[in-house]
Amino acid sequence: MATVEFKGNNFEVDEDGFLQRFEDWNPDWVEFVMESEGIKEMTDEHQKVLDFLQDYYKKNGIAPMVRILSKVTGYKLKHIYELFPSGPGKGACKMAGLPKPTGCV
Amino acid sequence: MAKHKTPLLDELEKGPWPSFVSDIKREAESRAKNEKGVEYQIPVDVCDDLLGVLELSYNDGETHWKHGGIVGVFGYGGGVIGRYCDQPEQFPGVAHFHTVRVNQPSGLYYTTEFLNQLSDLWELRGSGLTNMHGSTGDIVWLGTTTPQLEEIFYELTHNLDTDLGGSGSNLRTPACCLGMSRCEFACIDAQAICHDFTNEFQDFLHRPAFPYKFKFKFDGCPNGCVASIARSDLSFIGLWKDNIRIDQKAVKAYIGGEIPPNGGAHAGRDWGKFDIQKEIIALCPTQCMWMEGDTLKINDKECNHCMHCINAMPRALRIGEDTGCAMLLGAKAPILDGAQMGTLVVPFIKCEAPYTEIKDLIEKLFEFWMEEGKNRERVGETMKRVGLYKILQVLEVEVDARVVQEPRTNPYIFWKEEEVPGGWDRQIADYRSRHKM
Repeated sequence: MATVEFKGNNFEVDEDGFLQRFEDWNPDWVEFVMESEGIKEMTDEHQKVLDFLQDYYKKNGIAPMVRILSKVTGYKLKHIYELFPSGPGKGACKMAGLPKPTGCV
Repeated sequence: MAKHKTPLLDELEKGPWPSFVSDIKREAESRAKNEKGVEYQIPVDVCDDLLGVLELSYNDGETHWKHGGIVGVFGYGGGVIGRYCDQPEQFPGVAHFHTVRVNQPSGLYYTTEFLNQLSDLWELRGSGLTNMHGSTGDIVWLGTTTPQLEEIFYELTHNLDTDLGGSGSNLRTPACCLGMSRCEFACIDAQAICHDFTNEFQDFLHRPAFPYKFKFKFDGCPNGCVASIARSDLSFIGLWKDNIRIDQKAVKAYIGGEIPPNGGAHAGRDWGKFDIQKEIIALCPTQCMWMEGDTLKINDKECNHCMHCINAMPRALRIGEDTGCAMLLGAKAPILDGAQMGTLVVPFIKCEAPYTEIKDLIEKLFEFWMEEGKNRERVGETMKRVGLYKILQVLEVEVDARVVQEPRTNPYIFWKEEEVPGGWDRQIADYRSRHKM
């Protein structure tokens, strides 16, 4: 597993650039990943999505379904892609520090 | 000289069937020679390393790809299947070996010009290996690296006017039989509707919004040449409503032995002289055919459109003229709660562009399933959980005897409260006034 160094942090990541441990997440991680996920500037809307994903994951131990993410944040899927060009899985979940989506993707 | 020794794989170069091993070796050799002077964007020896890792798997009987992989292009949530080798030091050429799904033309008709353009792009930015085609229908490009994905996507869309296929919890790439392009049985223009629906539902195809995957397939007739009834969540099967058209002269020609039955499909063995009674009339599942003298008769009201007689005598019998399709819902592979084939939900619907009536049904279905479907629950499982009746209600179609094979045998029948005089709100004291403890 690769380790990336950024602003004094050591983040352990897999090939796809997902954090290996949710506990390692801190705001520097977001700053580090932003560019590779096609995001120029973090807005409150970005933050709202990340906060919800983290809360949901802490409470339920899984990432929410897309439908739930849309409902709770009030953002349509189209808008989520405007915020996170790679989408809620590869984009938002990665930035929020959640584990890599699995299954028949 | 091959990079890795592959004694087990070499065995698979023997025998008459086209050998995938010989083909991959040929591509490996072609890349090593590079006669066209291509500036390969991924390791030149990708094919050698693929054979190497495959030989290793043949030796120890285990796969050597790591679990999962999440890669893609900006704007889409699917289309690329990420894959990494678990022996990257030994086989650096396939350390990254992502698969790109490319949306195929309906019916898989190509020009060499288009295929050459595709091949040039893939040779430069990928392994040069493909799967023509994936089971869902996509052109499958096997093996490239993450940095090449956006490059491939740019060239695919800008130069080849071609898009990616689907993957993930979304609408997967629709597919069809070759339909009216060269089949006299086609009741619907399967290619046209497949193409139209692919375009209509692009957003659902590229950005996963569903509880799980969802597939469309379009069969021109009940023969099911694209197997929609088994391999698509929503299956469209062409049908006719009026009578089978009979050419009595051609029937006589079949009986007289001038035309071989089934288009000559059984010519490899002597099955004796064609016997219309034995091979057609007696095999008709509804027994709705008979001969009157030398005239073939069909009681079309009893015909269930099984295609047997038409398949056997294609020059004498034709599909009717009032055509449309049936819609069947819920086919899926075994995981999680068992395999399912499509269940008839709409026995007959007209199938003509712009397909407004069908699209309305699909929108109702999607809306319901996106709301009610559980995480990773195929629509067939949702149907099992909520009941066929609920699905028919959602689609707002009439309940029709044809949607069941047989009525239920158990008596656990739910009633709606408003259907029952007096409703559910009863007082036990009232009951006790008539019935002692």
